[in-house]
Amino acid sequence: MTILVIAEHDNQALKPSTLSTLAAAAQMGGDVTLLVAGNGCGAAAEAAAKAAGVSKVLLADNPAYDHEVAENMAALIVSMAEGYTHILAPATANGKNFMPRVAALLDVGQVSDIIKVESTDTFARPIYAGNAIATVQSLDPIKVITVRGTAFDAVAAEGGNATVEVLEQVEDTGLSRFVGEEMAQSDRPELTSARVVISGGRGMADSEHFHLLEKVADKLGAAVGASRAAVDAGFAPNDMQVGQTGKIVAPELYIAVGISGAIQHLAGMKDSKVIVAINKDEEAPIFQVADYGLVADLFTALPELDSSI
Amino acid sequence: MKVLVTVKRVIDYNVKVRVKSDNSDVDLNNVKMAINPFCEIAVEEAVRLKESGAASEVVVVSLGPQTAQEQLRTALALGADRAILVQSEDNLESLSVAKLLAKVVEKEQPDLVLMGKQAIDSDNNQTGQMLAALTGMGQGTFASEIKVEGDSIQVTREVDGGLQTVALSKPAVVTTDLRLNEPRYASLPNIMKAKRKPLETLTPADLGVEIKAHTKLLKVEPPAERSAGIKVADVAELVDKLKNEAKVI
Ligand SMILES: Cc1cc2nc3c(=O)[nH]c(=O)nc-3n(C[C@H](O)[C@H](O)[C@H](O)COP(=O)(O)OP(=O)(O)OC[C@H]3O[C@@H](n4cnc5c(N)ncnc54)[C@H](O)[C@@H]3O)c2cc1C
Ligand SMILES: Nc1ncnc2c1ncn2[C@@H]1O[C@H](COP(=O)(O)O)[C@@H](O)[C@H]1O
Repeated sequence: MTILVIAEHDNQALKPSTLSTLAAAAQMGGDVTLLVAGNGCGAAAEAAAKAAGVSKVLLADNPAYDHEVAENMAALIVSMAEGYTHILAPATANGKNFMPRVAALLDVGQVSDIIKVESTDTFARPIYAGNAIATVQSLDPIKVITVRGTAFDAVAAEGGNATVEVLEQVEDTGLSRFVGEEMAQSDRPELTSARVVISGGRGMADSEHFHLLEKVADKLGAAVGASRAAVDAGFAPNDMQVGQTGKIVAPELYIAVGISGAIQHLAGMKDSKVIVAINKDEEAPIFQVADYGLVADLFTALPELDSSI
Repeated sequence: MKVLVTVKRVIDYNVKVRVKSDNSDVDLNNVKMAINPFCEIAVEEAVRLKESGAASEVVVVSLGPQTAQEQLRTALALGADRAILVQSEDNLESLSVAKLLAKVVEKEQPDLVLMGKQAIDSDNNQTGQMLAALTGMGQGTFASEIKVEGDSIQVTREVDGGLQTVALSKPAVVTTDLRLNEPRYASLPNIMKAKRKPLETLTPADLGVEIKAHTKLLKVEPPAERSAGIKVADVAELVDKLKNEAKVI
């Protein structure tokens, strides 16, 4: 059993999703190699060498892997896949982008978004927006897997002592070219790893009103999320969307404000430890999953909440 | 420019599925079926490309049971020109779908393949990337904007921290995200017209693809139920509970 884990990083450090993926790898057992591919990502590789349970770090540092372009990432991973029984990546936008490409080039299936390791070839994963959990056995010689970060407790970021090996070969397919990006700037914690998340829905009525949430978020050290309806209405940017087709979160505390609780939204947050719902409609389905429900107008409840914490 | 669009027949997104009592799978008996929402967005985008003059032909393809004809007819009513059904009553995994689609691509030679980013039944999010790999095309996944400029296709992608734009050369595979567009409703005259549009039926054998199983479904279970908690009277009680009972703030 030799497992290759593909790191998600920001060139400086590993993202928490990588540490969760390493935890899934540890449950499968065996020797773990961590691939850090990027452009100017030497520092991330140094950090990777300290992560618990990693025996070797492979560093592929080249402009070809800038922004983890899927075509080049997949070519790189496939070129070095021989000898591994499992290839794992976090189920992030990057992992979801390049991993199926890896699987197809290796002529194997992919098991997406696993939430549980049953054995070295059997995994549980949500289907139908989390309304069912499937247990699937992979029949392929190489298991290509993406891992849902919130389902595994991160391994320690410090304490390991792996060697770093530099990969000299470069895979540049020329199939796609990075043109630009518009990244949201925020000092708040990252949505998928925050301890507290407060999300707003269509009930917020206006993007201006999102600052009511933000004030509470700042007091609680929370990340801010949104329902799709709120994103569609332009109240919040797309990367804040929580749900089946947005981000999956499982914080200690999730506060849903002016969100009705559609199954697609629940799929992204119902594994949170404590759920609070603030909604003026006492029949709103969100109350069926909330530990604490407050039937109230959010425009009075949020300022009150802000002043009482 | 010729556009190939994939549409999958799935459970309607408003329906909450139930797991069969023997835990073998979900129960799809007498359940309302529809076009996968992301595929509907892909059809809409293709039709808009045609309306703007950027595309000359829109071909829709579905793989699945004979009943998937219904979803193909809906896509034709939305404005696609013709349809292909690759008929198979077996459950097709994403890699098999991608292999069959690769053959359809070989036959049809599209300049752009538009697909949904994810089927809301399997929640796999794989097939587009797999097809791109098998055909050696570039991929623009999770698209919220598509611009065709000569031989290049610019795709704005929804990524974790925001938006990213990539340029692909034709032919390419693009998968749609929710904000790409808002699909239209089919009008009655268009539904009538769609009945006369061509729909070709093929089999995996016609395409020379042998279907292989890559995974085995061992069981399907309902998720852990969350029970409703309590209603609090006011903000003060809420804060008290969060501090002293749940101890999360
Ligand atoms: C393929 C597909 C994928 C999807 N993926 C996602 C996803 O990932 N995430 C997601 O969230 N959705 C997703 N959706 C959309 C989902 O089905 C719902 O439409 C959406 O979640 C509704 O958002 P909402 O709860 O904010 O809006 P609504 O359902 O309109 O609810 C608004 C709520 O606000 C309350 N309210 C209004 N005013 C006030 C006030 N003053 N004070 C207090 N409460 C108030 C109302 O009572 C109501 O309950 C998806 C849909 C499809 C088809
Ligand atoms: N059986 C199918 N028929 C047509 N298109 C499909 C089929 N399976 C998957 N697709 C396409 O691939 C996309 C992603 O599916 P998946 O990888 O299963 O999440 C879907 O949105 C469809 O556009």
